[in-house]
Amino acid sequence: MTNSVEELEDAACIMIIGSNTTASHPIVAMHIFRAKEKGAKIIVIDPRKTHIASYADLYLAEKSGTDVAIINGLLHIIIKEGWYDKQFVEERTEGFVELKTLLEEYPPARVAEITGVPEAQLRQAAEMFAKTKQSSIVYCMGITQHTVGVDNVLSLANLSMATGHIGKWASGVNPLRGQNNVQGSTDMAAIPNVLPGYQSLADDAVVSKFEAAWGVTLPRKPGLTLMEIMGAIGTGGIKALYVMGENPAVSDPDIQHVKKALEALELLIVQDIFPTETVALAHVVLPAVSFAERDGTFVTTDRRVQRIRKAIEPIGDTRPGWQIICDVAHAMGAGGFDFASPSEIFAEIASLVPLYAGISYERIAENGIQWPCPTKDAPSTVFLHKDRFSKGLGTFKPVAYKAPAELPDEEYPFILITGRDGFHFHTGSMTRRSKSLTAQINRCYVQIHPLDAKKLKIKAGQMIRLRSRRGAIEVEARITPIVQSGSVFVPFHFAETAANVLTNPALDPVVKIPEYKICAVKLEKAT
Amino acid sequence: MINYHTVYTTCPYCGTGCGMLLEVMNGRLVGVLPCKTNSINQGKLCIKGWSAHEFVHSPERLKKPLLRKDGRLEEVEWDEALSFIASKLKAITQTHGPDSFAALSSAKCTNEENYLLQKFTRAVIGTNNIDHCARL
Repeated sequence: MTNSVEELEDAACIMIIGSNTTASHPIVAMHIFRAKEKGAKIIVIDPRKTHIASYADLYLAEKSGTDVAIINGLLHIIIKEGWYDKQFVEERTEGFVELKTLLEEYPPARVAEITGVPEAQLRQAAEMFAKTKQSSIVYCMGITQHTVGVDNVLSLANLSMATGHIGKWASGVNPLRGQNNVQGSTDMAAIPNVLPGYQSLADDAVVSKFEAAWGVTLPRKPGLTLMEIMGAIGTGGIKALYVMGENPAVSDPDIQHVKKALEALELLIVQDIFPTETVALAHVVLPAVSFAERDGTFVTTDRRVQRIRKAIEPIGDTRPGWQIICDVAHAMGAGGFDFASPSEIFAEIASLVPLYAGISYERIAENGIQWPCPTKDAPSTVFLHKDRFSKGLGTFKPVAYKAPAELPDEEYPFILITGRDGFHFHTGSMTRRSKSLTAQINRCYVQIHPLDAKKLKIKAGQMIRLRSRRGAIEVEARITPIVQSGSVFVPFHFAETAANVLTNPALDPVVKIPEYKICAVKLEKAT
Repeated sequence: MINYHTVYTTCPYCGTGCGMLLEVMNGRLVGVLPCKTNSINQGKLCIKGWSAHEFVHSPERLKKPLLRKDGRLEEVEWDEALSFIASKLKAITQTHGPDSFAALSSAKCTNEENYLLQKFTRAVIGTNNIDHCARL
């Protein structure tokens, strides 16, 4: 997030796009509701009429996968009407002319046709967002899990820069991270193309710094992304895989294919706390402790480095994850892994990562510190991009609308959207072992619109077979107008009827995120 | 005698980062209380946060290292698991090169663990093949 979670309370207009906020981030939703109580206007853009959409001042029921068209449409209106922030555009951005040229192709009539959102609503949303002084965008995986995920994010950046709604208190672009430490694991460069702190593998000075600190020569060629790793098992040369705290046998798209890939490995090492579906395929399993049995740091969606603290002793013969990695390194005969505690590891991180240079366990204390924090006396950075962008001028990146990879046809006439249910978390390895949560819901379902249910003579509670080009699952029907006619929704937490049997492994070409939000399915009554 | 205390920590579920107090009684987690002074959640939690202690003592927790022998995963001591990994990894990377290894790190794990796994992958094995579930 460019801003802090609690700043949302002071926003005067919040545009929520591709986020089922009350279900997936209830405490963020709390701050949004407080803003609404203070008079803020709420705009929700989503193909599903989610819970928070029912509280919106304006709900735009877009067709799945048309976000770029909508945002371009809003920008078209904002610029035509002169509602953009001319001073911000002149002083802090570049590429506005190119953006304007592209936007000529997105008049309201055409955008309404692509997105299914009436012209009048597009106008209302454009005016509400642009003309309010402090507007913020909140988005989640409904924006990113598309073959045009990057284009979607760039469109939102264009919208915020054109309206000057960035770099201010309560005004910015705010992605909600779905997991406790998505931000931190990315900061730490558990990604193939950078070194910790987003430092470039192509920068000789950066690489030399790490080589000196670690006493090795580092590989310079960027590595493979998760989906590329799965594809490279077997013929592509990946023979050994070390999986720490993930469950790709349930979480990845087209999992029947993923399981075959994992089975083809010469060595699958899995470090986890539960016997997951991925553990079942492992050659060797390393039992780790849970969050309650170790010390460490997590980074929130608003860049706040916070502590977790050991509350109980390790259960059974388990070890903290950090210690296990050190043990493996020692077994390999490697140096550089002699740490007595997580705070010593953190000190090494701070010595190599400028964003974290001023952060220590002592400074984090009870309230956490928001990066960037370059020196020991630098304060938390509450919001980003004040006065200037980190790269200098903000560049508009005009993006054209592209259709999703797999749209419905005669054989597979429905769009399948996957996502979270409010009572569960990811592959369910934790929440499905919590009795309060399984008491609420413990089996998968499919949301079907009443018109489609009537047409197909489907009754609530009936078992439905959903079939895509990749596979089929049988789940219980829920009849609800939350989904649009022609679309269905399935939560992805239930391994025995995994939504990812159905999903399409088509990827965004830049960041290789799979298109979990759209694939084509058909519905059959299960006998 | 009852030994009860609370420990301040961060919720393990979504990325909001709510502050919570784990209630510990005689070495076992018995509950969760929301932290009022954390500026993110200000004394509130969602239902997942309120029940975040429940899975920790699940009887299904992995408690010993496991090694596949004759097709089945069997409990072994740490030393055996670690030396198996070291010898297999060395053999594979010596035969096929460092790029035959890949690591999937985790958005569920700490900064310290993510940092160490990427350091292991880059500095010990010698490849940049590391990613995690941020995209999922």
